[in-house]
Order: sequence, then C-alpha cells, then structure tokens
Amino acid sequence: MRMKRTGAVLTSVAAVALVLTACGSKPSSSGSSASGSSSGSGSGSFKACMVLDTGGIDDHSFNQSSYAGMTAAKKANPAIAISYAPSNSQNDYTPNLNAAVTKGCNTTVAVGGLMADAVKAVAAANPKAQFAEVDAPSSGPNVYGIQFNTAQGAFLGGYLAAGMTKTGTVATFGGLNIPPVTIYMDGFWEGVQYYNQKNGKSVKVLGWDETNQKGGTFAQSFTDQNQGKQISQTFIQQGADIIFPVAGGTGLGAGAAAQASGGKANVIWVDTDGCESAAQYCQYFISSVTKNLAGSVQEYVSKAASGSFPTGSYVGTLDNQGTGLAPFHTFDSKVPADLKSALKTVQQDISSGKIKITSPSQPTS
Amino acid sequence: MTATENTEREAPPAAVPERKRRWGRRLLDVYLYGNPVVVTILAFFCALVVGAVLIVVADQATRTSFGYFFSAPGDTLSNAWHAIAAGYSALFRGAVFDPRSVSGGGAAVLDPISNTLLNATPLILGGLGVAVAFRTGLFNIGVQGQMIIGAIFAGYVAFAWQLPHVIHLVVALLAGVLGGALWGGLAGWLKARTGAHEVITTIMLNYVALGLLTYLLGVKGFQAPGSNQAISRHTYGTARLPHLFGPDLRVHFGLVIALLAAVSVWWLLTRSTVGFSLRAVGANPFAARTAGMGVERSFLTVMLISGALAGLAGCSQILGTNTALTGDIDAGIGFDAITVALLGAATPGGTVLAGLLFGAFRAGSVVMATDTSTPSEIVSIIEPVLVLFIAAPALIRGIFRLRASRRAGVGQLAKGWNG
Repeated sequence: MRMKRTGAVLTSVAAVALVLTACGSKPSSSGSSASGSSSGSGSGSFKACMVLDTGGIDDHSFNQSSYAGMTAAKKANPAIAISYAPSNSQNDYTPNLNAAVTKGCNTTVAVGGLMADAVKAVAAANPKAQFAEVDAPSSGPNVYGIQFNTAQGAFLGGYLAAGMTKTGTVATFGGLNIPPVTIYMDGFWEGVQYYNQKNGKSVKVLGWDETNQKGGTFAQSFTDQNQGKQISQTFIQQGADIIFPVAGGTGLGAGAAAQASGGKANVIWVDTDGCESAAQYCQYFISSVTKNLAGSVQEYVSKAASGSFPTGSYVGTLDNQGTGLAPFHTFDSKVPADLKSALKTVQQDISSGKIKITSPSQPTS
Repeated sequence: MTATENTEREAPPAAVPERKRRWGRRLLDVYLYGNPVVVTILAFFCALVVGAVLIVVADQATRTSFGYFFSAPGDTLSNAWHAIAAGYSALFRGAVFDPRSVSGGGAAVLDPISNTLLNATPLILGGLGVAVAFRTGLFNIGVQGQMIIGAIFAGYVAFAWQLPHVIHLVVALLAGVLGGALWGGLAGWLKARTGAHEVITTIMLNYVALGLLTYLLGVKGFQAPGSNQAISRHTYGTARLPHLFGPDLRVHFGLVIALLAAVSVWWLLTRSTVGFSLRAVGANPFAARTAGMGVERSFLTVMLISGALAGLAGCSQILGTNTALTGDIDAGIGFDAITVALLGAATPGGTVLAGLLFGAFRAGSVVMATDTSTPSEIVSIIEPVLVLFIAAPALIRGIFRLRASRRAGVGQLAKGWNG
C-alpha cells in the first residue's frame, strides 16, 4: 500500500516535471531538424568521414581533437558534410572503413595507429577512395599519413622545466606505457639532460628515464584524476616542483595537486594549451607542450575538399607548428628573458639537426 | 540430470488431461503458461522497447521537439518514430540484409550476414565455454583472460614460427587451445585443491592476462618491428583461418570450428560418461560425491574444457578476424560470452542461437552508428536488458499477465553461487 502511494507520488511528480519541460513553444524557424552529429550534418557536397578508435568521440584526446579538426573544416567551408563512426573494438575497424567507402565518402580519416593495417587493406581494395591515417605513416598512394614528432615539443618543455625549477627536481608521469605517451616523456627527459649539460647543472627527473623504457611512473588510466593527484603529491614530497603529466584527464590531478601545494609546485600541460582546455588550473600552468592534431586534420580535410588530395606523409614538427610550446600566459613575467632566448636557440638547433633527439618512439616517415 | 532438464520435460499442468482441446486453446495455453520460447520472445520484445526509449532519448531532434510538446505534439511523435525506425532498420541492414547493396551485386549482398557470422564465431565459442562451466555449477568469469592467453599462444606460433600450410594452422590452433586450457585449468586447479572460489580467481586471472599482454606488446621480438604502436608482429598467411566464401567476405573457418565445438559440447554433456558426472556435480555436488564421483576432478576437467573453448575464441580473433595482437584482442567478447551462455540457457544449441543473435547485434550496431545518429552503445544496453528479462521470468509473466508455472529458464542457472 505504502509502496503504491510512493509510486503514485513519484509518477505525478515526474508527470508535472514532464509537463513543465514540455511547455515551450515551437521555434518559428524551420530549422527544427537538427539531425544528430554522427549522421551527415549539413547538406554539403563533399563527404568527409572519420573512423574513430575505441576511445570514442569524447575521449579528451586524439579522437576528440581529430573530430574537432573536421568540425573546424566544416565551419570554414559549409560545403563539407562530416560524419564519424565509432569502433567498439578492433573488430570494427574494417567494417567501419568499408561502410565509409560504401557510403560514398570522398575522404575517410582513420584515427589511431592501430588502424593502420585495416586502412592499408581497405585503401588497396578501393584505389579510388581517399584516406588519411592519424598516427601512422602513409601506406599507399591514396593514404595520407598524419604523424607528430612530439618529442621535439616535449624537449623544449623539459628544457623549460629544468630552467624554472627551484628545487632541482622535476617529474613526469604517463597514462599508459605506450609509445604515443612515452615519446613526450622521452623528449621531456632529453630536454632536462640537455639543460644540465649546457648549464653545468644536475636537475633530476622523477618518473621517467629514457634509457629504461620499461620503467617509469604510469597512472594506468587516462581519466582517473585522483590517481593523478596522488602521483603528483608523491612527486612533490620527493622534492619535485614542476610536473609534466602525459595522461589526458588523469593529468588534471596534477593541476589539483599544484593547487593544493599553494603554488609551490607547477605544471606543464600536454597536447593542447592548458589555459584553454583546463582553464581552471591556468595559473599553475607554466606552459603546454602542444600537438596540433585538430589543425592538421582541418588542413587535410580543407585541402581535400578543394579538390587536391595531399599525398605522402605529414610529420608535425617544431618547424611546421605541428608541435611546440604554448604561450606562457600567467607565467610570462616569471620566465626569465635569458631562458626564453635559450629556448629559441634550442628550437633552432632541433630544427637544424644540431640537437639530435634520440627517443625510440619518434615517427618514421 | 540437471534440474533444468527435469523441469523442461514437464508439460504445463493444464495441457495434459484433455486431448480434444482446440488448436487455438492450446496455443493460448502455451502462451499463458510461459513456454520458455514464448518468454524469450517476449523478453526480446521488451528489450527492444527499452532500446527504443533510449534511442528516442538519445535523438537530438526528438529532444528539441519535446521542448514544445504541447504546442505541436505531432513533431515529437514523428521525430521519435523516425529515430526508432531509422535506428532499428540500420541495425537490420548491418546485420542481415541491405537493400542498397543489391545494385552493387555480388558479395556485397552477403556482407551483412558475413559480418554477423564473423562476430558470432568467438561469441559462440566463448559462450560454450561459459555454458559448460555453468552446467557443472561453476561460474567462469575468466573467458576474457583465457581468450587472451589463447590468443597470445596462437599468435606467437603464427608469427614467430615458420611451418608449411595446414600444419602451421593446426599447430597454432592447438597452441591457442593449450593456452586457454592452461589459464582455465589454473582456476579449476585452485578450486579443486584449495577451494578458492572460481569467480574470484578467474576475475583476478583476467587482470594478470591483460597485464601480461600489455607487457608483451612492448617486448622486442613480440612487438611489430619498426612500429611505435602497441601491436605485435603480423601472423604468417600459412597460419590464418581460411575465408569461407572468398576473400570479399570476412567470415572465416572459425565458424565451422565453433559449430563443431557446439556439437562436441552437446555430445559431451548428454552422451558421455564424463559429461554425466559433470552435470551431476552441477546439480548437486554432495549427492555426486556420495555417489562416488570425483567432484574436485570434475572442477578441474570442466575448467580445462571451458578454458580450451575460450582459447578457441581467442584463435578466432587472432588467426581469423585480425592478423596481429593488440591490447584489445579480446574485444569485450569474454564478458559478452557470459550473457550469450545465459541467454542460451547454458545449452549448446541455445548458445549457438544466442551467439548468432549477439553477433547480429554487434554487426548491426556498426552500421547503426554510421548511418544514423543512434549511438552504438544502445546495443550494448539492449543485450544485458534482454538477459535481465529472461533471467527474471516472473517480470515477463507480470508484464504480460502470464500464469505462473514451475518452468524455469536461466533464472535457475543464475540463482546462486553454488560455493
């Protein structure tokens, strides 16, 4: 009896809520048919499709950034119709790519190096279709490879960290021990070593050593902020005052740890400009090591839509702004001028090949 | 005899006495007394309804038009109907038949069916593994780990050794079976020797297997040379399961293996002495012990068999569907296999049918997500909801006003932990 009454109350509350939310008036414009994002939105003439990796469209990482690039391309050129297909597992790569070809996509962007083999096979079977492959080199005349040598940007990040530390100890940790992550950590580590060698200092790096690729500190997650905070606080206890998290959302925990330390410890953010993507911690971000995934995808899709499919492989470097350091934002006044000019020199030396980066995870094109 | 079979053979109480009853009345009885098939169909219907609700909620157009529901209710209803129809018809196109492919002709027409069978293959094998363990009263949650170890063994043979055609494939398959049996047998041995609960040990062994795979994918000689991705070397063509219907259709010989495995499991459970004692242990381990059967031995045996079947599922993944190991080689099949076995009432035939159904869902969800705005996660909700309804037959009876009967579906299988 009581159960029934509770049920009745709940039902009526729900009904009232529904009625209240449903009282709006119909928008007068005819644009009521906002079809979902994954069906071709818009009525463009150039179909650009994306096949996602298993992370999904909202992974705060390369799937999301890649699709952001497509969205930006569509914004700039409304004639482009964009759509994406998620993959639940690697079993879905081939059917998704085939479905894109069947659907008549003018170009298909495959996200994630693990899809490289599937792309190679589908592209070979459909020589008239055009593909781009994020995080793997070109594997055929109709496959454009998009890769990033983020070790270069991270090298600058390491040099910056070594120049800014007061305790003589900096730290880095990753999400998983996989090459797209450790390439950043390699670059960071090398940047610190280079700083030590140039300036006769001995800044220590916690959490990673390029010569021991199996070691290192990893959160085993790209989402667990608490884990990121815990790791960061351990680093701070061990004397680190600058932390470089390479772990997507987990890295936000480093921001929280910096906040908890009251500004004693600070962070160098990764992938995107932290003051834009994680603005709540902007005051603790010295800078960010960027990977311009969205920009490269946008450029590819725009070029493809204009009729000229780029060929070969693109490798994002310091030279072409594919990777680099974001602005210092709130730290602009705190970074000494000679460190800023030293960073410029280091950047030129990397570009000219005077500094050799040794990370084993660098892309081969 | 398990409890399930005993009850299955009992006729509904009302249907027994009178033969003269008319067809209509008899059909109605079948419905009213909750024949398991009827319950399954109704549960399927309910799951689709739940899925439809989710499709509507996920649909942007419907949500927008619901904001002004009272000024133009037709909009909401038509948008909702449109979303449901588009979602489920895309599911059908991806899993069974796509009218648009007819103009292309040739293999493209059979492509959806091929994808369904391809997805069904490891689900059937994994499901059989779970089902066999169920019948012995064990809950094998470790298909994921057993698949992974099986795939590692099979994959290693397939990419590291060079052997002639056929022999290479057979050796790789045997290695996969061995790997799976080893991992399953480990849990069985722990249960038999120490009484450690198989649910706990198999779950833990899943983590161990996953960690081992992640580690191996970074080891030189295992990882693909020149790659900076966590991916293994490629299997040699000599060790690959041949395509069943030409290179254009992805379905491979693993399907035949899965069907043979189903027949073998059926024979094992219903025709062999070993199977009899397995089922006896599952029905009542105390009585089985009193009757002189080795309960511990049965635990070990069944986990070896269960693991071997899971290992075959791993073989289907690495020797058939894919050509290299990645961290995702189990593709979530290990856990779906449990659902498949539950849906199939832990019988070999039921598991095959349930595997086909879930394979169709998996194949269809790809097209559903690509062609419509329906997120593919809807399918991963429909599947467990379906099993929930089937595992709780009382719920279905309540909804459709069926009379209570003593028949039991999987509800009985999932009733307890059986220590």
